[in-house]
Formats: sequence, C-alpha cells, structure tokens
Amino acid sequence: MTPELKGFLLVASLKILVAFSLVNVGVIMVIWAERRVSAFLQDRLGPNRVGPLGLLQSLADGVKNFTKEETYPAEADPVVFVLAPVLSFIPAMLAAAVIPFGSPLPGFDMTLPIIGQIVYSGEIPMMIADLPIGFLFILAITSLGVYGIVMAGWSSNNKYAFLGSLRGSAQMVSYEIAMGMGLVALMILVGNVTLTEAIARQQESTWFIFPLFIGFFLFAVSSLAETNRLPFDLPETESELVTGFHTEYSSMKFSMFFMAEYANMITASAMMATLFFGGWDIPFTTWDEGPASYLRFFATFGVFLAKTWMFMLTFIWIRWTLPRFRFDQLMQLGWKFMIPLALGYIMLIATTVWVLDTRGVEFGIVYSLILFAVNLPLTYVLFSILDRGKVLGGSQHKRVKVSA
Amino acid sequence: MKTEYIALLMLMGLVVITALGMLVGSHFLSARRPTKVKSTPYESGIPVLGGTRERFSVKFYLVAMLFIVFDIETVFMIPWGVSFRQLGLFGLIEMLVFVLILLVGFIYVWKRGALEWD
Repeated sequence: MTPELKGFLLVASLKILVAFSLVNVGVIMVIWAERRVSAFLQDRLGPNRVGPLGLLQSLADGVKNFTKEETYPAEADPVVFVLAPVLSFIPAMLAAAVIPFGSPLPGFDMTLPIIGQIVYSGEIPMMIADLPIGFLFILAITSLGVYGIVMAGWSSNNKYAFLGSLRGSAQMVSYEIAMGMGLVALMILVGNVTLTEAIARQQESTWFIFPLFIGFFLFAVSSLAETNRLPFDLPETESELVTGFHTEYSSMKFSMFFMAEYANMITASAMMATLFFGGWDIPFTTWDEGPASYLRFFATFGVFLAKTWMFMLTFIWIRWTLPRFRFDQLMQLGWKFMIPLALGYIMLIATTVWVLDTRGVEFGIVYSLILFAVNLPLTYVLFSILDRGKVLGGSQHKRVKVSA
Repeated sequence: MKTEYIALLMLMGLVVITALGMLVGSHFLSARRPTKVKSTPYESGIPVLGGTRERFSVKFYLVAMLFIVFDIETVFMIPWGVSFRQLGLFGLIEMLVFVLILLVGFIYVWKRGALEWD
C-alpha cells in the first residue's frame, strides 16, 4: 500500500466513524427534542427521568425495543416483511454522506510506528465522500426510501398498513418532482451539483435564501412531504390509520423505521442549511474562507450544527402548529400548485440570470439582491393564491347548486 | 475522485452491518410466545373482515405513471441548469420551448381530470 492510500483509508474510516455516530447521536437527540419540545408546546413536562433532563430516554427505549417480542402477522410475506425496515434504514443512513459538516482540514505527512508513513496531500474535505455528483446523490438515495414503505405496507397483510403505504408512495413520488425542479433554479446559480461549490458560491454572494426565496419554499415544503412529517404525515395518520405503514411492526424492526424517519429529517435539515443558509459558512466574516486549520474546522462545525438544529426545531414546531392536510388537498398542492410554480420559477430565474449576465453584472452581493427583488412580488402572488384557497379548495369547497 | 467511492462503499458496509446486527440482535434477545390471536392482523380490536390485497383506486397507478413522465423532465433539466450560464440565450430559448411543450401536456392531464381526487 502506498502512503497516500494509507492516508486516504485512515481519513475515510475516521470520517465515517465520526459522521455515522454523529447521525446516530443526532437521531437520539432529535427524538428526545421532539418529545420535550412537543411537551413544552402542550404545557406538559415530557420525558425527564432517564439521565439528565431525560436525555437518555431514547437510548433506554432502544434497549427496551431490543428485548421486545417480534410479532409476525398471519399471511405476511416473511422475507419482504423483514427486508422492508432494512431498506428503509439503509438509504436514510447513507444519504448524509455528501453533506460537508465543516470547513476542510489541512492534509498531513507523518510516520507512525507500526503503520509507517501516511500522507494526505491537499486539504481534507469534511464529508464522508466528496462525490462529483453532489446532492444528486442525496436525491437519488432518499427516493429509494419509498421501497421500504411500499414493501412494509404490502407485506404486512394489514389494511391500515396497506392504505398508509399507498398514500406514502403516491405522496413521496409527487413531491420528489417539485423538490428536483426547485433545485434546478439553484443549479443555475451554482453551475455545479457539489455541495462544496454551493457553499463557495454562497460565500461569494449572499446565502441563497435571498436570491432563491421561492426555491427555498419549494424545497422546504417538499422536504416536509418527503420525510412524512406533519402537515403531510398522511402515510401514518394516527387518527385514521393507527400508525400507517408500520402498524404491524414491533421490536427492533419498528425502531429501524423510527430511526430512518428521524435520520431523513436530519438529512433534510442539513440540506436546507447547506443549500440555502450557507452550510458551515459563518455569517458576516471572511475569516472562515482562509487557509484550512483545526480551529476553523471546529468553529464552522459548530455553526453547521446550529443551523441544522434550527431547522430540526422548526420541523418539530411545524408539527405541533399546523393541522394535517386531507389527501386530496395534499395531491392538489403537489401537482396543481408546486409543479407549475417550480416550472415557472425556473424560467423566471433563468431569464433574470441571462439578463444580468448580458448586462455584465458581476456575481456577488448586488447580483443576489437583484434576484431577491425579483422574488418578492412572486412571493406576494404566491401567498395570496394559497391564502384564498383557490388551489386547495378541494371537493368540499365546490359550489353545489341547491334546487328549491 | 474515484477513490471517494471507496469511502462511500465503506460507509455502506457499516450501515448494512448495523442494520443486520439490529435485526439479528433483536431476533435472539427477544422473547417469543406466538399465539393465534397475536398473529392476526391488527384491526383496532375487531375480528378481521375480508382480505387486504384487494383492488384499490386506479388514481395511485395514474400518479405513478405521471411521476415517471415528470421526473424524466426534471432529469433533463438538471444538466441544462448546471450549464445554463455557458449556454446563454440559446439555452434559455431551448428550455422555454421545452417547458411550453411540457405545459401543453400538463394542461391536458389537468383538464382530463387526472389530478382530481374526489
């Protein structure tokens, strides 16, 4: 083995261990946070007995689930039934691999006693795999999660699970289109699909929340739908389908679905933070664009965590604020509103970018603010349409002629 | 760049091992006392009525078919979006034509009632 390969393997395994435990600890923390925050919002206490502030509650629940009895419903398809949580868990845990969680670290060249010389030339990008396909990888991997839901619902031989999985698959594929199209506007500005490049472009100008405000709206709403969170948690509506597609699951198989759901939420939050809020970029400073150092890594890492947690808390807050959509409203929002909006938005951004480029405006803060100014009137139109219920009226709101 | 995929494969290995470990671990640690009632599908406590795998609304098939069409449009748009600033006016007009053709299909689907759910 060459010293370079040794260095790469060492760095890769360290990064994997750190990032994987980060996601898992994040899942435990966000489950705890969800229970505590929802308790706070409903004026109760929530879990506060296991460990300080109840922090170890999710861990205790995990241990408990290991020892719980596994039940298999009669006439279930055993192979598919066991495979479904695995196919839900694996993509959820893999998706975060391309998200940079801090600024790069400096490379090294050193000699260790047993291993020998190890070299890592250049800066070490702080993500598990610096793939050239960037966030297309996340889009591809997270959409595999729908297989887990479909298989769980089909194999359970339970009517609730079956209906939940049907709804879940229809919902996830519908909002995937709006999500992908919303990101095309971002690709126009970035000119690349890697998240590193997206962060660099945001450091050059402003955070993309300003020039791509509607794009962020599209992405945020579709992520709520993709992660099956309220107000779009139709696959597991407690009040009508018990727990939806995982009604028949018990023991660790249920835990895997649960962990996958929260891992998806972490990925979605990290994506929003990275694509629209500058990722690990520290606002109002240029210090974090300097040469790689350990101090800089830890500072940017903290900023990235703070931004991601802000979105996760927003997810929880939304859950206890908005009522659930009806299924026809959900599909109408996706197909009749989000998709035409995304198509029109792509053309609007493309035209504006073309005009700005031919006028010779340099890419920077002014460029971003002009795009933001283009976004504002559209935002007004958008919310006035949404507010009047013209798109989301649904069947109940249609005028029925009453004969005398 | 190709070596980066090795890191991804390593992560995949770790995740698969974790997933299988959780399945196998709970399989051996858990108690197992199956009874006939326990294995009946859960229907809020009442005896099971009819089968599960019956016919369901054709709308779900329709959504799946429309998804394939529109997702392919998205896939076409991604390389265009990435290279848009090099393409300039040519790219803008090309995509405008593409979106207009797409819009005709979209309006047709809408008017035929494929997007209605009642």
